[in-house]
Amino acid sequence: MSLQSPSSEQQIEMLTQMLRIREFEERVKRTFTEYPGVIRGHTHLADGAEASIVGALSHFKKGDAALATYRCHGYPLALGTDPKAMMAEILGRADGICKGLGGSMHLTDVANGFLGTSGIVGAGIPHAAGAAWAAQIRKKGEVVFCFFGDGASKQGAFHETLNIASLWKLPVIFVMENNGYNVVTTSEQEDANAAAGQPLAIKATSYVMPGVTVDGTDPLAVAEVVGHAVARARAGEGPSLIESKVYRLSAHGNIIAPPGVPLHYPEHEAITVFGKREEYEAALRGDPVPRFRGKLVQSGILSGAAADALNAQVAAEMDVAVKFAVASPFPALESALDNVYA
Amino acid sequence: MAQLPFIAAIDAGIHQEMRRDPNVLYFGQNLATTENHEFVAEYGHDRVRVTPISETAEIGIAIGAAMAGLRPVVELYMAEFMLVAMDQVVNEAPRFRYMTGGQVKVPLVLKAGFGFAAGWAGQHTGSLTALFMGVPGLKVVVPSTAADAKGLMATAIRDDNPVVFMHHYLLTLEHGEVPDGEHLVPFGVAAVRRTGSDVTIVATGWMVNRALGAAATLAAEGIEVEVIDPRTVAPLDLDTILTSVAKTGRLVVVDQAPRHATVGGIIAADVAEFGFSSLKAPILQVNARDVTVPYSEPLEAYVIPDEARIVDAVRRVMQSGG
Repeated sequence: MSLQSPSSEQQIEMLTQMLRIREFEERVKRTFTEYPGVIRGHTHLADGAEASIVGALSHFKKGDAALATYRCHGYPLALGTDPKAMMAEILGRADGICKGLGGSMHLTDVANGFLGTSGIVGAGIPHAAGAAWAAQIRKKGEVVFCFFGDGASKQGAFHETLNIASLWKLPVIFVMENNGYNVVTTSEQEDANAAAGQPLAIKATSYVMPGVTVDGTDPLAVAEVVGHAVARARAGEGPSLIESKVYRLSAHGNIIAPPGVPLHYPEHEAITVFGKREEYEAALRGDPVPRFRGKLVQSGILSGAAADALNAQVAAEMDVAVKFAVASPFPALESALDNVYA
Repeated sequence: MAQLPFIAAIDAGIHQEMRRDPNVLYFGQNLATTENHEFVAEYGHDRVRVTPISETAEIGIAIGAAMAGLRPVVELYMAEFMLVAMDQVVNEAPRFRYMTGGQVKVPLVLKAGFGFAAGWAGQHTGSLTALFMGVPGLKVVVPSTAADAKGLMATAIRDDNPVVFMHHYLLTLEHGEVPDGEHLVPFGVAAVRRTGSDVTIVATGWMVNRALGAAATLAAEGIEVEVIDPRTVAPLDLDTILTSVAKTGRLVVVDQAPRHATVGGIIAADVAEFGFSSLKAPILQVNARDVTVPYSEPLEAYVIPDEARIVDAVRRVMQSGG
């Protein structure tokens, strides 16, 4: 099976989406100081995973579905969701994509194929398999992208679902973003494979499906590996497990300090818990977003000036999103009673 | 009308909807293992599948399939097996419509037997209905007759929300008249199983028959009992209960669960709040004793509410108050 490499236009599109995700997350972060108190609860950022998200979803076609976790800001941006509606949701406003009922952890955009996000680790994995069963019955070659973290692979839901997905040859691509940390513990502390020095993709062998580890900081590498898994799923040959190795560049989530302010992102757990500042700084030096930009500029696909223009365009887009969200009214109180039942 | 055992009536409801709607799926453990299975033979493996012993995945897959436009019915056999997957039942299925601002609907049915007080000891005999009753987004169905078993299952499958279908295991082989052809029983409409003017009893599942037995005994003493079977506890037809209590002035709630885990206690609280002026006497509850259901037959019978305890409660409620 050979896959076509992404064209120059497609690579520029990938960079654009990576920049949009990064800028969106930077604006979420900045909100804690620019507009203290407007974000409630817990938010989880995708910075560091942009290349993985964009590379994987570069194979998404209309009719496909994607499901993810509470760390869910990146996917809908790549799928075409309006960042204004996303930011308004994160601020709990009437113009939010989920009418202010879900917030940061439950962004959903069915119209663009982003079907759902569970805030419970691993719980969404069987949902993706269920959507894949629907795709299998419809026989249109549609597939489901299932995103989760390495921590989720310690849940029963992961193992039960991979077993059934393989038995039933469901058209689902399990993309495990392995960012090395499960909230504040390292993978080696809670994963038998990791502790033995094995890649987590090895878990696929128990379920008789391909298991591939890929550098999740390289969108082209991810696109190639996921491309094979997608082709396999579309052909009715069943699921695959992709372990996409990324480094989460922010802490697990923002600090929650009831009764309120200030809420902010502390330093990464590598520093705050393990004192491994050098590990974190090495990850920063390998930041996938400037690296991919540099690669496109160096290879002549994009001029430096065009890349700068792209940065400016994305910054303006997300600035509009923040201003829109801040200006959006709170939902009418009675709306809290809607949408309980269909 | 046909005389059908309760369990066949449930199947008839599933067949009715699977023939009508190609989006209805039926799956679970221990079913559809051969091509001769009646559902496999008629609907094929696209729609009917056997699963491994993986309740979390079974119910989670149902949720995803439902969000993608299908209508899954999950055969769980015993309500306790839902406890293995409680996150999916309570914190996934009923949350998505709300959290997405109405973007998705999650039409699925979790078919689970309960209350198997027939020597199944402590882990297969629970009356867990109240666990699900107060979860916004879930609907909870408890049929007590074969006809309702068919009609409520059909309605559950057509409903656009997650429905927990709790059928009492001791009713499994009870026969009853079941309407032929399309039969639907609406949610949120209680059935008055017996009319009476002195005392209202509210009971669900197997306890409905015990309440009716007690009512027959009490009628011989000149006490006329009205027996109400809510049929669905979410939504709950409180109006029918309040109307009855307005007539009788006395309420006994009968529930097979331990006292603080009952549907009956919730109904008693609602009646105390919204029907207080009708009450001539304090509400009485007849519940299981507060223990795990024991194995030994006389101990099990001692723990589960029986007709004698219901009769006793009605006599007491008749003697108290004005």
